[in-house]
Amino acid sequence: MRKKEIVAMLLAGGQGKRLKGLTRTLAKPAVYFGGTYRIIDFPLSNCSNSGIDTVGVLTQYEPLVLHSYIGVGTDWDMDRKYGGVFVLPPHEREDGSNWYRGTADAIYRNVKFIEQFDPEHVLILSGDHIYKMDYKALLQYHKERDSDCTISVIDVPLEEASRFGILNTTDDLQIYEFEEKPEHPKSTLASMGVYIFKWDVLRAHLLEDAVKPFSSYDFGKDIIPLMLQNDKKLFAYPFEGYWRDVGTVRSLWEANMDLLSDDPPLDLNDSSWRIYTRNPNQPAQYIAPQAILKNCIINEGCIIHGKVEHSVLFYGVEVGKDSEITDSVIMPKVKIGKNVRIHRAIINEDIVIEDNIVIGSEDEGDILLIDSEEDVELYLTRTKQS
Amino acid sequence: MKPLLGVISLDHELDQLNELTYFRCGASVPFAGRYRLIDFILSNMMYAEIVSVGLFIRRKYRSLLDHLGDGKPWDLDRKRGGLFILPPDWNDPTDTSRGELQHFHNNLHFFRRSPGKYIVYSGSRHINMVDIREVYQQHCESEADVTVVYKQVEQLEPEHEGCIRLNVDSSNRVTGIHQEKDNHNIYMEMFVIEKELFLDMVDLCIAHGGSHFFRDVIQKGRGNLKVAAYEYKGYHAVINSVQSYYKNSMDLLKREHYLRLFGKQAVQTKIKYEAPTKYLADAKISNSLVANGCVIDGWVENSIIFRGVRIEKGARIINSIVMQKSIIEMNANIENVIMDKDVIVSQNRTLMGAPQQPFVIAKSSIL
Repeated sequence: MRKKEIVAMLLAGGQGKRLKGLTRTLAKPAVYFGGTYRIIDFPLSNCSNSGIDTVGVLTQYEPLVLHSYIGVGTDWDMDRKYGGVFVLPPHEREDGSNWYRGTADAIYRNVKFIEQFDPEHVLILSGDHIYKMDYKALLQYHKERDSDCTISVIDVPLEEASRFGILNTTDDLQIYEFEEKPEHPKSTLASMGVYIFKWDVLRAHLLEDAVKPFSSYDFGKDIIPLMLQNDKKLFAYPFEGYWRDVGTVRSLWEANMDLLSDDPPLDLNDSSWRIYTRNPNQPAQYIAPQAILKNCIINEGCIIHGKVEHSVLFYGVEVGKDSEITDSVIMPKVKIGKNVRIHRAIINEDIVIEDNIVIGSEDEGDILLIDSEEDVELYLTRTKQS
Repeated sequence: MKPLLGVISLDHELDQLNELTYFRCGASVPFAGRYRLIDFILSNMMYAEIVSVGLFIRRKYRSLLDHLGDGKPWDLDRKRGGLFILPPDWNDPTDTSRGELQHFHNNLHFFRRSPGKYIVYSGSRHINMVDIREVYQQHCESEADVTVVYKQVEQLEPEHEGCIRLNVDSSNRVTGIHQEKDNHNIYMEMFVIEKELFLDMVDLCIAHGGSHFFRDVIQKGRGNLKVAAYEYKGYHAVINSVQSYYKNSMDLLKREHYLRLFGKQAVQTKIKYEAPTKYLADAKISNSLVANGCVIDGWVENSIIFRGVRIEKGARIINSIVMQKSIIEMNANIENVIMDKDVIVSQNRTLMGAPQQPFVIAKSSIL
């Protein structure tokens, strides 16, 4: 293999328990977003647009959908002779077989994969976030400072800082302390889970950490503190722009709703930074004479007879006459009958909603997730009772 | 061995769509919001598991080549076989062959080297959902030398005037080929024939000064071929004029037409990576087809909107076709218009065509 300056490793093995039924049969990075995408499209497209053509995708939890989705990476322009996208599930080895025990362990077990490209730097990404970012600018920053590790950070409000991994830095952004979800945060610079390491430094620390019996083999909890302890040079890279963690049903819903404003913080129509995705090749959407559409995003293959307001509809969704959908996210191929009301809900893939059902949450805090026939039955009974 | 070799000949297709075919051939005219006319026959061939397709092109093919790429959308990026795009290139002054026959003759290697005992021949002007395997099946079960595909149309339309008609008897034998105006059996410019016979006939026909396989071999009865007919009963549209393009496009706004064209299987086309379409607060839209990547804040009624179109607040689009990446600025008024790609209509402009004579705006115009 030819030498690569940088190789990206995308951590995509997480279950994402807080997404409940949305991750019952697929890993969190494969969860749908924004009318046509899956979460993993964002880091993969960012790599593609940043000129990074070698990406290892580490999978573990329910990898079937993810593996077949990524394929040979054609959709992200990563079907390359040298480099490309590689799916890396845990595998049996001479010294036994183990699952990936943590984020750092997943990289440690693929040292051989990385070594074949003999890279200077390794970019660590996660498949949990929605954002557009030029990793080449991050690499430039990292090289200019001759940094051993550069962590991309975003400024968060102080009251929310205790939900994140917080980096305490000097004025020139050199990191001297990392605190995972601190009770009393000293700074508002939150780690985005995007790191660039000098490969030889990372490799040495992975090897050192891997033999510790009580480590959690995690970048935030173990590798970064270990590097600080060993007096390595770590810098924070301030990222400005839209970045959202979509780890819960509510945050996923909110990020979808963010797309609906007139001038959304995340522009998906920007042809200079396309977000690539697998195209299901559906015919143009059909909007019937009685349909009413306001502030919504609708994908191809949809057939709309009813009213859709402030909602996101994925491909192949049908909405029957006199139905009203508001503040909701409707996943692919959902069939919605006539005279249905859906308010503040996420309806999962392939669900059929029969005529006259009312699904809605009056409570502003609660986002309903409808992801099984039982859920639909429940609302059918409730509708009949009321 | 795969039994069928695909041959798409655009040699005799005229550029009949005025502004839409100034700079592109008919086969690459955009249709139904996100396709090109050629996508339909290529998709049909894909679903018939045809892995080798020869595409005989003659002129204005830049746009078509851009669209086709390596044939991947139709599974034609193959180690063996694949998509062979064959432009004309022969400068032998002693060559007496003409027309598509010259084109075939000059590419004998393609025919000889491609796997497949049979050829399915087609043009691109008849949009259909023919199951080519069924035509092939019927051909093999019959004793015919060639099986031509036709559609018995319920109602004759102006675009059928230029079409060849067939007389077919009760045992599917073709007993007449002509252009009598009141015959409802429209020949769909598609047939199945054994490859060796096809090549023999190409040679024979060239020897007699022919230039057009169907007319000079099948219609004129050269070689005394037994001609059978396959009756196709699904969606069918002939696109051979601006009027037929407009009418057949608008017909897709009727549910039954849309479902007949798209209900059975996905039509494959070049992949684009547009975001889904976004409707803003002042959007008002009714009975329309809309592709992805649009941002719509105006009124759209009985129209077809292609990918990446922007329709600003207060703009009104009625009974129109707006192609890729066009921009309709505030308060512009568009009615009975076919607008090619990349057109910009500035604020408050009004553009009107007539229902029978839509106003066609050429690509990249700024109005």
